[in-house]
Amino acid sequence: MTTNRREFLKIAGVSTLSLIAPAIVCPAWAKDKIIPVSNSPEALSPSKALTAKRWAMAIDASKCPADCVDCIAACHATHNVPGFGNPKDEVKWIWQEKFAAAFPNESHAYLRESLQKQQLPVLCNHCANPPCVRVCPTKATFQRHDGIVMMDYHRCIGCRLCMAACPYGARSMNYRDPRPFIARINPDYPTRTKGVVEKCNFCQERLAKGLGPACVVACKEKALVFGDMENPQSEIRLLLEKRFNLLRRASLGTKPQIYYIL
Amino acid sequence: MKKNKWGLIILGLVIFIIVITFPFWYGKGKTSPAPTLSLDTPAIAQLKEKRCVEDTSFMRESHMKFLGTWRDGAVREGKRLHTARDGRVFEVSLSGTCLKCHSNKEQFCDRCHNYLGAKPSCFSCHNIPGEVKK
Repeated sequence: MTTNRREFLKIAGVSTLSLIAPAIVCPAWAKDKIIPVSNSPEALSPSKALTAKRWAMAIDASKCPADCVDCIAACHATHNVPGFGNPKDEVKWIWQEKFAAAFPNESHAYLRESLQKQQLPVLCNHCANPPCVRVCPTKATFQRHDGIVMMDYHRCIGCRLCMAACPYGARSMNYRDPRPFIARINPDYPTRTKGVVEKCNFCQERLAKGLGPACVVACKEKALVFGDMENPQSEIRLLLEKRFNLLRRASLGTKPQIYYIL
Repeated sequence: MKKNKWGLIILGLVIFIIVITFPFWYGKGKTSPAPTLSLDTPAIAQLKEKRCVEDTSFMRESHMKFLGTWRDGAVREGKRLHTARDGRVFEVSLSGTCLKCHSNKEQFCDRCHNYLGAKPSCFSCHNIPGEVKK
């Protein structure tokens, strides 16, 4: 049988119609029965939630007393961060680095000795141009409108591309089930599971409840200042105007949002 | 020789059909009792109107999709409050809202999930209140 032009066009037309028909007719039994959630902002988040256009943090490391780990302890207790007891598998949300490790480009042998010995608190930089978000194949890591680089653990497939992309080592993989390694589970925050990457979330769950980040609240020396970079009258902006500050590896172009006053 | 080959083919087909229909004839005539879900928890006993976030038939049919929209809305868009169709407002939280009433996860969630062989992974991360001491 040979198909002429007319026959071919008929068949093509009927095929196209049959493909688009379900979308046009859309029978009731094929519709999703999910309840639409109202979209007004007041109806979506509690009124006491802290909001900003661009969250950022300033760390005045000169205020940090030697051997103080209050911020780390508070963060780990709040977010159920496991301790595997093995530096290779360490899960890091906020941790300490020497100056030479945190600022490799600014470090040299004749730097003030106290600075060379100092342990700086380091955490996810919540970059304005985050490489981890760019490489994530499932969009499990994403950037919120207020600048927080956040993880949707439900979507993480554990590929670890984000760990390779992050120049600050701020992401950690759960190679084992973390639950047995959590000293004391905080029932108000979920744990993670085997095979997902985790990192600091700028305490977005606390901000939604109107509380400041756990590390900032725990710091007795007020070395950590958290605030809105887009608001010129915010505490963090006034502080950064007064004191000279550095960004970690700013030359990479990630636009980190943790400002270090040294 | 040719006849012998056809015999083998038919034997193979018969074995294939027996194996592929195994689940249908193996369970025939046997009944397994439907799970009975318990609503006997202190939080539910205190409710004046025994009503979940949405009506029972919707929750029974679509709770998994519904929880999916809660999950995506809360994590990705920061929607932390849910206004139900009858106007009541709930906090979007699995451990905090769902399990506050259904504090008997083993007699409620698990019974049906075990019966159907559904294995949701919610609780490999989310906490079950009461299982962890505060």
